[in-house]
Amino acid sequence: MKLLTHNMLTSKCIRGVNVGYPLSINASDVRVADVDFNPDFISRMIPKIDWPVLYNAVERLGHVEDLPKETPVNYESNEDFLKKAHHALLEVEIIHGELVCPESGRKFPINNGIPNMLLNEDEI
Amino acid sequence: MSKMWKKYLLWFAQEHVEFRVSEIESLLSLLRIHMKYQEKPRDLQPYWVVEFSSEDDAKLLASRSVSLRTCLELWGHEPSLEKLHNTLHAKAEMLASYFPPNKSFKIEVETFCRHFTLQEKVEKIETFSYLPLQGEVNLKSPDIRLYYIEYYGTKALEPPELPYDVFFGRWVADGLRQLSKKLSLKTRKFIGNTSMDPQLSLLMANQAQIHDGDIVLDPFVGSGSLLVAAAQFGAYVFGSDIDYLMLHGRTKPSRIRQKKRENDESICANMQQYNLGHKYLDVLVNDFAMVFWKDSLEFDAVITDPPYGIREATERIGTEKEDCVVSDEHLATHVPAKIEYGIPSIYRDLLVFSAKHLRIGGRLVCWFPVFREDYTERCLPQHPCLKLVANSEQPLSKVTSRRLLTYEKIRQPSQSELEIRDISIQDFREKYFVLREETRKERRLREAAVRKENWEKYKENKK
Repeated sequence: MKLLTHNMLTSKCIRGVNVGYPLSINASDVRVADVDFNPDFISRMIPKIDWPVLYNAVERLGHVEDLPKETPVNYESNEDFLKKAHHALLEVEIIHGELVCPESGRKFPINNGIPNMLLNEDEI
Repeated sequence: MSKMWKKYLLWFAQEHVEFRVSEIESLLSLLRIHMKYQEKPRDLQPYWVVEFSSEDDAKLLASRSVSLRTCLELWGHEPSLEKLHNTLHAKAEMLASYFPPNKSFKIEVETFCRHFTLQEKVEKIETFSYLPLQGEVNLKSPDIRLYYIEYYGTKALEPPELPYDVFFGRWVADGLRQLSKKLSLKTRKFIGNTSMDPQLSLLMANQAQIHDGDIVLDPFVGSGSLLVAAAQFGAYVFGSDIDYLMLHGRTKPSRIRQKKRENDESICANMQQYNLGHKYLDVLVNDFAMVFWKDSLEFDAVITDPPYGIREATERIGTEKEDCVVSDEHLATHVPAKIEYGIPSIYRDLLVFSAKHLRIGGRLVCWFPVFREDYTERCLPQHPCLKLVANSEQPLSKVTSRRLLTYEKIRQPSQSELEIRDISIQDFREKYFVLREETRKERRLREAAVRKENWEKYKENKK
């Protein structure tokens, strides 16, 4: 699972959970893939990303390197920044681990890079 | 400067004919191309005569179209060969500028709905010997390809003696027919029982008007055929499905000769097979009735083929039991109970989800099963924020068909429009099994009788 996806997921549909965001991450296997860089796509994504959530997630996985804590102004033309964002959003992948609901503590396992977001029948 | 509009011939493949008009219209609006119709397209007729103001427009359209076979710059279109020769004779001087001595050429003969031998075709080519062609003939890789086409109608069993229409023109571009072969399910690493064929997947991606860099979701992703098509046109793709085993490539293999699935079968592997790995975002195991995406997330398109409950089950998480609790000791290995997720609920959820999570102008493209006798446009799923922009039928049997629906989001929904509970849709599945109940029972009895007979023959032989 990529951190772009993590940035978009909540656990708000669990019964009794209100916000369910951000999900925390426990990772046992993290890999860094090589993904073609598309600056237009990344700069289109930046306004949709919750940046602090992304930053914390990369930090938690130990891949923060020199990713800035905030998005710079005029990021569209800042190729250096877009490359770092690209790396954090698309190249750092959680292969095995779990996502944890911040309110209920419910865990969602990640196997072979695919998160299992199924709830049980008593949680909906 | 005024633009020079020229006549072009669009020659289509005679497959999925119903989808042709909506595909071309969708592409014209996506690529912002102006095209004038010379005559209104007729249903089965495989060609359209149109006008473009620039050849680049024709090439651009062909570069994305799956229905289109070939596009020609049309030099002559007449009801008989004799008239065609007269027309071309009159234009010969003008045409000469296309044929400088250093350009090689080739003339191809195509006959629609009637077969001719090579010898007969060569004889037809020779009647064009008056054309001012100065270059060499090159059959393998000519600089200029010319086409002479004879059209004998669409009734293959009784073609007329002489063609209804004849055409002559210069080849401009081919459509994407080759791409369907490249993406063929026969050679794809990971497929399921209901994988969508590449032709229809690409058509769906065109209906969705996919741009480079779009974000696309298939919420009933299965083996991911629709994502392959979307990524082929430049989209970044997400998928979700309730079937854990399917997403992990652990269901029974779908190929008849394959005993076991390979270890690395997955949607991601399919994307890598076609060099589209960088367009793959993620797939999740997820019950579509339970939305996990954050509210502010917007997709550029949602393309999907929801289960109809015939070949794939329609299920969601839930239980009929009251106050059900999964005990701690069972929690680790518990498989959630599932209940029927009826077709009306699936489509209600799909439309409400799209009304919420598409950007304005973004498209939902999905299949919808119907009984042909009951069909009216009013029985299709509707939502006040989604405008139905295309609707084409693919027959499945004498009585059933599925329709490819394309909706465009026209405005943001109000709170009450996100809470719509009822969408009046007939449950296709219910009627499907009611209609067949008698015949299924009969079929089973017949099969049992055959088995019994065989068994008795076998016993006879043994004695």
